[in-house]
Amino acid sequence: MTNSEKNRLKDKAFQVFGIFCTFIGLVVLGIFLFDIILEGAKRIDWDFLVSLPSRRASRAGILTAWVGTIWILLLTTIIAFPLGVSAGVYLEEYAKKTKLANFLEINISNLAGVPSIIYGLLGLEIFVRQMRLGSSLLAGALTLSLLILPIIIVTTREAIKAVPRSIRDGSFALGASKWQTVWHQVLPASFGGILTGIILALSRAVGEAAPLIVIGALAYVPFTPSSPLDEFTVLPIQIFNWTSRPQEAFLTNAAAAIIILLIITFMLNGIAVYLRNRQQKKIKW
Amino acid sequence: MLNFKLSSVKFNATVLLGATLMFSACGGNNEEGANGEVAGTVQIDGSSTVYPVTEAVAEEFRAEAPDVKVTVGVSGTGGGMKKFTRGDIDMVNASRQMSQSEAEQAKANNIEYVELEVAFDGLTVVVHPENDWVKDITVAELKKIWEPEAQGTIKRWNQIRPEWPDREIHLYGAGVESGTYDYFTEAIVGKSHSSRGDYTASEDDNVLVQGVSTDPLALGFFGYAYYDENQSKLKAVPVDNGQGAILPSLETVKDGTYAPLSRPLYIYVNSKAAARPEVVEFVNFYLDNAPELSEEVGYIPLPADRYKAQKEKFNQFAEGLKK
Repeated sequence: MTNSEKNRLKDKAFQVFGIFCTFIGLVVLGIFLFDIILEGAKRIDWDFLVSLPSRRASRAGILTAWVGTIWILLLTTIIAFPLGVSAGVYLEEYAKKTKLANFLEINISNLAGVPSIIYGLLGLEIFVRQMRLGSSLLAGALTLSLLILPIIIVTTREAIKAVPRSIRDGSFALGASKWQTVWHQVLPASFGGILTGIILALSRAVGEAAPLIVIGALAYVPFTPSSPLDEFTVLPIQIFNWTSRPQEAFLTNAAAAIIILLIITFMLNGIAVYLRNRQQKKIKW
Repeated sequence: MLNFKLSSVKFNATVLLGATLMFSACGGNNEEGANGEVAGTVQIDGSSTVYPVTEAVAEEFRAEAPDVKVTVGVSGTGGGMKKFTRGDIDMVNASRQMSQSEAEQAKANNIEYVELEVAFDGLTVVVHPENDWVKDITVAELKKIWEPEAQGTIKRWNQIRPEWPDREIHLYGAGVESGTYDYFTEAIVGKSHSSRGDYTASEDDNVLVQGVSTDPLALGFFGYAYYDENQSKLKAVPVDNGQGAILPSLETVKDGTYAPLSRPLYIYVNSKAAARPEVVEFVNFYLDNAPELSEEVGYIPLPADRYKAQKEKFNQFAEGLKK
């Protein structure tokens, strides 16, 4: 065997290995989806979406849960998006490479790995008790914002880093200030990457139950929230609650609720992908 | 190029909307309903074991008093007690009695309360259906299996009773955070929150059902409802407390012969809450309907006279507050 044949074989081997790795994730997801849809799809109907929780599995619905989830998602986006992107821009564009910046950097990366329940405890003390927000949507959204901020900051920085140096230099050469350069060149150019980070972050937030249970999100709420200060429940809590019930019929409900949660996540991602593609078409250098 | 205007406009609008709603949401919670019926809110949190009963009662109460908003959380008996003893909530669901330290906490915060029993749960000892050697088990044997000293030493069935086979025993039980664990250890080991640590623990009883039903060498315990729903996959073991081996059932738990593993489930009501008409109405409705509803969700009702006693206890407590 010649050297080049060997190398080609290695190349082929790695390709097969790569396909295998890709499929592991997809197959597991596929099995999960198949199982859930088989179990839950028959349970989904209009009544399921507009009914309140009930002790009878066949009458129980998820109205308060999905409305709560949408509220939480919107509020979390509104809070975490500007905070996270601003922090990312600051760290990447403005902060001098001092010890303080280094320290901040390491800690933000560490924060991304803190278990979510710890954020729940933090939220309970600061937002629920000190700020007296109670177990409200706002307290929940603030807690989840803390949870996803590190992800948004880190991905924003990566996206900004990917903008070529020449674009900034060109902007400065035309007399633009730092702010003008960031606002008119760097941010638009990196928007696609930032958006991807936000999708990932929100997809994490939408599945969280633990921190919200800690801050006092409810399991049984007979009314949909009408303001950010109302009490609430979310789909993951409803799902968690149903899976721990003894009656088999509640497991079917849980599967159906998981499908709805997946649909919400997919729709969210769809919107983000659409925005990203539209944005990328606009960038012409 | 890109403009961020759209998102910033949305941001402003939502903040404004939020601020306006904040003011509108700060209304009182004790006003009379439009047609003179009671209105207001009843905030409940606590045990996930008691949750199904309270949920069922809250659901039925909706038809009785549509203007009263009853909300129920599931932060666990311990988590619920923390909120209750700070005065954050009106009522707490509890799968065990309030502990000494929780009672002290309540006292320090000037919280007075009344404890009410609402139903029974029969902790059920189960084995795999193919297990043909265990016909019954004594409380002393359970203690031998579960006490802290058993860790690493009691590993085979024949160590518990010589005629049982020389095979490994695999243990499944409630996680240490649950009220179920506290109750089981108190009743069997004699000391709450004390047991061996080398067993498969889960806060989710369905996980335990799954474990025992697929492991021929298993022995586990969990709430009666989970056994009742999975009878084909499990075998319940009669427990002998010195007066003969008794299987848990509606009757034996209710009349107290299934001892010591039948436990009462509780609700606690804050005195300030008990001064509000909507809470009084809800608690009375709870005790009136608990016999039927607790059975419907898989628990065992108290004997009728015991419900009557709970009602008297509560109404005396509520009356006493008016003086």
